[in-house]
Amino acid sequence: MIGIAPLFASFGGAIEFILTPQTSNVTGGNTVGGLDQVIELMLAQLEVTVLALALSILIALPLGLYLGHKGVGEVAAVGLGNAGRAIPELGLIALMAAVIGVGLGNLTIALAVLGIPPILTNTFVGVREVDAATVQAARGMGMTELEIVRKVEAPMAVTSVFTGIRTATIGIVATATIAPLAGVATLGEFILGEDVYGTDGVLAGAILVAVLALVLEFSLAALQRRMTSKGLKLRPA
Amino acid sequence: MASLAALPLAVVGQVEKGFIQKRTGSACQGKPSHLFCFDWARENIDRYGTPTLQQLELVAISIVIGFVVAFALALLAHRRRWLRPPLLAGTGILYAIPSISFFLLLLPITGRSRETAIIALSAYTLQIIFRNVTVGLDNVPASATDSARGMGMTERQVLWRVEIPLATPEIIGGLRIATVSTIAIATLAVFAGAGGLGTQILGEANLTFPTTILIVIGIVMAMAFFFDAILLTIQYYATPWRRARAS
Repeated sequence: MIGIAPLFASFGGAIEFILTPQTSNVTGGNTVGGLDQVIELMLAQLEVTVLALALSILIALPLGLYLGHKGVGEVAAVGLGNAGRAIPELGLIALMAAVIGVGLGNLTIALAVLGIPPILTNTFVGVREVDAATVQAARGMGMTELEIVRKVEAPMAVTSVFTGIRTATIGIVATATIAPLAGVATLGEFILGEDVYGTDGVLAGAILVAVLALVLEFSLAALQRRMTSKGLKLRPA
Repeated sequence: MASLAALPLAVVGQVEKGFIQKRTGSACQGKPSHLFCFDWARENIDRYGTPTLQQLELVAISIVIGFVVAFALALLAHRRRWLRPPLLAGTGILYAIPSISFFLLLLPITGRSRETAIIALSAYTLQIIFRNVTVGLDNVPASATDSARGMGMTERQVLWRVEIPLATPEIIGGLRIATVSTIAIATLAVFAGAGGLGTQILGEANLTFPTTILIVIGIVMAMAFFFDAILLTIQYYATPWRRARAS
């Protein structure tokens, strides 16, 4: 165990790295860190996270709703979710960089590979769990199939869908940290570039990535509460 | 903001400058088009033994610790319901913190070590296992627990002989998700200085050599499916009544 003082020094150094640009022997005389660079890299990580998440939702949500509504493809939808969890993120990004190439577009696709399975599986399961009697009632009221999906199944599956989106977001934003390996500068730049940014930079990167991930998680939780239909909220959980 | 372009983007710069180089001295030298080089794989398969065992060890210890802690917390929350929201929120935060970040945040405290990786990996499993155990215990029909009480069982007996066995499918379901995810994420333990298969990817030459990356992905996914199958088998034998009902 180490004392409190060196611990403070480590984290203190990291905070200083975040707030003010510094030049030192460790950084090879280059000016690194500081709020400007921190904000730029954080926005870059947010950008690629949002892009990959949007792509994942665009593919997985309609597919999940469709398969769930039709009640087909359970093995594929659930199996894909299981297989998706087994993909090592580091391997995926490295493979993509080595085989397909580096850059924002390729990275977005690779990250979407991580985001699609949880959203697809949870959407499918959420729709399947809607009471068949409810769907029959909607049909009896004269709703078209599309209306049933839009007005009945989707709102009732919101909790499950959001569980999938939150899982996807956590995976994507975490993996976006190693994006520099695929040629896209994110906060991982500080983490992977210890030679240039020093240990302060590495720790600063870790703090910033954790903050970014938690902000995203809390925002999505808040959004989930807003998206849940009022009628469903009244129901005892 | 204008000066940002001049700032050294160390890693990206390296990648662009030819950080990505072809591995030399291998059987596949000069054949960069090879996606997978079988000759190299045959010659070098030995080097994956130790990292694979390291990764297995990290996962096994982390899952055991994560399971014991999460299971205990879930039993506590089962008795005292008011504990559930704070425990769900707390484990949710641990789950949301990216593993790399978690490893590095622990470094000033626990150093580059196996412990660092194990703390972060087991913390990551808490939410999944906790949620599944509580859901499983909730889903036990009241008629079953009422019958047990009617037969004269104490609360402790009801818990261990009725509620927990009936919640086994959900509990093992949580364990499966936690195990598969942890096997994949343990590849990042290289950032904690704890070894594992990530060491075979995160090296300058490896990063551009698809063969080694594919071998690592293959080992990790095979490991994940293997342990998933083992847990499914355990569930099958642990819940004989489900089979009786099916037949």
